[in-house]
Order: sequence, then structure tokens, then C-alpha cells
Amino acid sequence: MNTVIEAGGLGKRYGRRWALADCTLTVPAGRVVGLVGPNGAGKTTLLQLAAGLLAPDSGTISVLGGRPASTPAQIARVGFVAQDAPVYAGLSIAGHLRMGGWLSPGWDSELAARRISRLGLDLRQRAGSLSGGQRAQLALTLATAKRPDLLLLDEPVASLDPLARREFLQDLMETVAEQQVSVVLSSHLISDIERVCDYLIVLVASRVRVAGETEELVATHHRLSGPRREPHSLPASWDVIEESQAGKQSMLLVRTQDPILDPAWTVRPVSLEDLVLAYMSRAGDATRARRPGLEVAS
Amino acid sequence: MIRFTWFRFRTQALVAAGVLAVLAVVLLVTGIRLADAYDAAVAACKPHGDCASALRHFPSSGYLAAGNAMHLLVIAVPCVLGMFWGAPLAAREFETGTFRLAWTQGSTRTRWLAVKLAVAGTASMAVAGLLSLMVTWWNSPIAAAQMTARLDPGIFSESGIAPVGYAAFAFASGVTAGLLSRRTVPAMAVTLAVFAAVVWFAFPAWVRPHLLPPAQATVPLSTGSVNGFEYTSPDQRALFVQTAPPDIPGAWILSAQLTAPDGRPVSTVPATGACGPNAPGNSCQAYVLSLHLRQAVTYQPASRYWPLQWYETGIYLALAFALGGLCLWWIRPGRFAGLDVRHRTSLPAPALQSSP
Repeated sequence: MNTVIEAGGLGKRYGRRWALADCTLTVPAGRVVGLVGPNGAGKTTLLQLAAGLLAPDSGTISVLGGRPASTPAQIARVGFVAQDAPVYAGLSIAGHLRMGGWLSPGWDSELAARRISRLGLDLRQRAGSLSGGQRAQLALTLATAKRPDLLLLDEPVASLDPLARREFLQDLMETVAEQQVSVVLSSHLISDIERVCDYLIVLVASRVRVAGETEELVATHHRLSGPRREPHSLPASWDVIEESQAGKQSMLLVRTQDPILDPAWTVRPVSLEDLVLAYMSRAGDATRARRPGLEVAS
Repeated sequence: MIRFTWFRFRTQALVAAGVLAVLAVVLLVTGIRLADAYDAAVAACKPHGDCASALRHFPSSGYLAAGNAMHLLVIAVPCVLGMFWGAPLAAREFETGTFRLAWTQGSTRTRWLAVKLAVAGTASMAVAGLLSLMVTWWNSPIAAAQMTARLDPGIFSESGIAPVGYAAFAFASGVTAGLLSRRTVPAMAVTLAVFAAVVWFAFPAWVRPHLLPPAQATVPLSTGSVNGFEYTSPDQRALFVQTAPPDIPGAWILSAQLTAPDGRPVSTVPATGACGPNAPGNSCQAYVLSLHLRQAVTYQPASRYWPLQWYETGIYLALAFALGGLCLWWIRPGRFAGLDVRHRTSLPAPALQSSP
């Protein structure tokens, strides 16, 4: 299997507002996929649809070849850490691990115990008294000790301080290396994505704006500056993502497989963050023009 | 899921079991004393032959008050269990967001709800049933002494097996309200309101009298049933006869209509001098009795106590199962479209930010 999630025309509505509309995307297997986009782009809705917490109002979604959460076996194959990492406040860590053992058919109690001791957590401590980072780690433990084929993480580090965030992502990378699990991680923090993800999907207003391996994306995007040119005079193989004119200068962000040979251009590499921002602002303009009533921020 | 549900529920279940056990000991000790006192009172009045009036004042006022309090407990406990076990069952998980954990950990959401319903619902019914049986046993000497009709609405709902049905119904109402509102406190309020409206008010008034076709009887108007007279105003040519229902032992009287000997309903009789201001004391009563009036009574006889208990319990259990089915239907995968992902606590994050 080379894809873990396939969505076609996927839509989800709350009342009259579409949280996700006509979303078509493919997530490859064996990757740590970063799903980025502004608030309200539909990241959380997409992940909840993939986890089977929500049912689509239109279109289809298939996860690991099956309908999300349709059977216990399907649930067992998908690990999910929801936003804010909900756990039972009154239940101890040991209680949570017992819950995992009772609910998940493939539960790896050794792995769970090892993770908890490595994190230095006390098994008798109640989950309600854990810090945000510890709670996220506990939720990740519950999701990974299921030994899933796919791990879905919805903004796992959004509420963590920078140190806890770094530790969580470090730990996530170790887990991924150990377990050969596909991961989809949503975030609006591009530096986090850059640290752990080898594949990137930029989602804006339900649309995939760009998707690809992070290394390849960085290698094929260039920031150019040079004498002012009319857009139609640029090479046909260039995909201009961003363009600005300052006096007689043109500043461009282009995507192209070909080397840039024209000596008139000064070529500089592009950071992943700049690249994502460029796609998001471009998509935002297009979206606003097409759907004037849509609010991007939630 | 069964073990996990029990694991989460066990503290509440053990607390309930502990309270029941303490209550059982108290009721056992005082109940034996009460039964002994009753036997002694019967032994004392037997030689005189008139036990009925002697026993009318049988237990001390302390026992009577305790008995009333316990009957109140029997009818209140199902409601309380519905509010505190039923309403938070699903609502709490929505409020804390833990349903996202529970539904993705390994069990389907249908199974998650079905198991929770079964475990906590059975526990509610068991608590209500045991409490009702204990109180019914404890109260039996008082009921025997006072010859209270077990069918009397004040007693019927608080004895026998009916509280098991109430508990199932209250619990299922609580779960349904919690699932639909996804808020614990409003669900608790709805549970209380539904329980009060249905179990305390509507059912005894409108449904229970018709569960079995009432028996009919026509009995001659007896001295004991005549409460008083009143002249019609302003002409004073007729008398209203105020009557009490006839005394049918153990029966639940639904209606009693005064009729003429030929069966015609009447409410007044012609006035005569026998009822005038200067007539002797009971001449008016003698006059009314001489008219051979009758009372047409509809009632549920005492023998219907258990059939009515079974019918009522069955109806409430059926309602509870219907609500449980509604919950499972509501939550089924693919149906649960109204589930909001928006968060109560929004994250303090702009559209984009970089970590250091």
C-alpha cells in the first residue's frame, strides 16, 4: 500500500458553515507528513474525519483502505491524538495504560511501560495533575502502544512550551524510527514541521495548495531578484508563486525543476517557512476572490 | 470495554453498595423491633376483639415519620441515579473531550455506549430495586396495622418492583439528555423535570388507572359515606349530599357517583323539614338514607396490586429500552454529524508563528 489516506471531494458542514469543502488529497505511506495551513483551513476536521470521529457530509475518505472507525480492527490500526490531548482527569497513568490494554487488541504493554518510565512519570499520578507536555506524552503513548499503522496527531504541540515541544517531537521521531508507522501531523508551526516531517501538505480553505517531499520542495523553489520583467516573458516551465515589483526590480518566488541559467537573476534558496507562507498568501487571495463570504480565521 | 467501564464505574458502584448495606443494617434492626411491636400490639388487642381501631394508632410517631421518609427515598433515588449516573454518562465525555480518546482507542462508539448503558443502567435498577424491597419489608407492619391500600398512589409508586422501572427510565432519560445536549448540568435538569412530570405526575394520574379496566360496583349509600349536607342557594328547595367514597378494603377508588335507586346520577335530594334548622340531630341523615340512594364506584381492587406493578414496571422498562435504542441510533457511525470540533478554549496562536 502506498497511500494511507485518500480523500475525494470530501466535505464536512456545521450548520450552514462548511468546515471542509470539496477536499481532495492523497497522503503517502511510510512518511511523516506535515499538514499545515491557517486556522480554519480544515486541518482538524480532516483529521477527525480520518479518525472516524466525524462522518463526511459529502465525498469519500478512505484510511488504510477502509472506512474510518467502521470496525474495531480499523480503529486498532489508526492511532489518534486529538487536539489538547484529552485524557481522563480522574484516572491515573496506570489506569490509562490498563484502559489501553483492555480496549486495544494489539496493545504493547511493554512499550507503554517503557515509554512512561523513560518520560519519568509516576504511574500513580492522576492524569488531571499532569502538565500539558506530560499529558500530550501520555496521549501519544496511548496512541502508539496500540501499534497502529497510521498515527494521526492534531496540533500535538500547539499548547506546549518550546522545551516541552522539542521533547515531544524528539520522542515522536524516536517512536517513528522504532515502529515504522506512517504519521500525519497537523500544525501551524512550520519550524516544528521542518524538524520532524519529510513530507508537507499545505491546506488552505480545504484545498491542497502544494504537497511534496520537504527536501524536494526546498530544492525546486527559488527566490529570484532581477530587472523588471513582464510575467509573460518568463520561461513557461516556471510556476510563479509570488511576485512583487519594486521600482525596476522584480522579486519572484518560482517553482521549477530546471536550473536557472539566466545571469540576470540573482538566485537565493528559500526556507520552508517562506515557501509555505507564499503558498498560503497566494491561496488566500484566490480564495477570497472566489468565496467572498468565507472567513479564514476561526 | 466491559472491564474498562467497570473500572471507571466501580467507585460509584461501591459507594452505592456501601450506602445500601448501611441502610440495610439499620432497617433490619429497626424493622425487627417494629415487627415485634406489631405482634405485641395484636396480642394485646385480640382478647378485646377490636384490633382494627386499636391498631390505627399503632406505631409511634417516630416510626411513622421514618416510614414516610423512606418512602420518599424510594421514589427519589431512581431520579437521583438518573441525574448523577445517567446524565453525565455521555455528557461528561463530551465536555472533557475524552470521547475523542475513547472512540479512537479500540472500541467502536456503539459498543462504548452499549456497555456503559448496560453496566450503569443495571446498577441503577439494582439499587432502586433493593431499596424498594427493603423499605417495603420494613413498612409491612405499619401497612398491616393501618390497613393502608397498597394501591394508593402514595404507596404504590414507592413499593414493590415499580421503582426498578423508574430507575431504568430515569437513567435512560439522563443518558439521552446528556447525549443530545452534550452538557451535564442541563441534562441533569432535564432528567429531573422529565422524571417529575412523568413518574410523579402524569403516569399515576392518567395512565395507571387504565392499565387494567377498572372494576365497577354499585353499593347502597351507607351512614359512613355521608359527610354532610348543604342547601342549594338561593331557593333552598334541595340539598347537596356530600359523600365520601364507600369503604372497599384495599381498593384504589377512581370515582364514586351518587345515584338514585334506578341508577340515575343525582347530586341533590329534595329538601324536607327533617333537615330544617329545628329538626333533631340525625333526622336529616335518616331521611337521606331512607331514599335508598346508591353509589356507583369504579375502582381497582386490592388483588390488582401485583398485575399493576408488573404492567407499570414493564412499561417503564420498555420506555427505557426505547430511549437506549435512540441513544445508540443517535451515536452510530456515520450519523453523528452534529459533533462540533470547535473548542471551548481557543489556543492563543496566530495563523503562523515560529518557535525559537
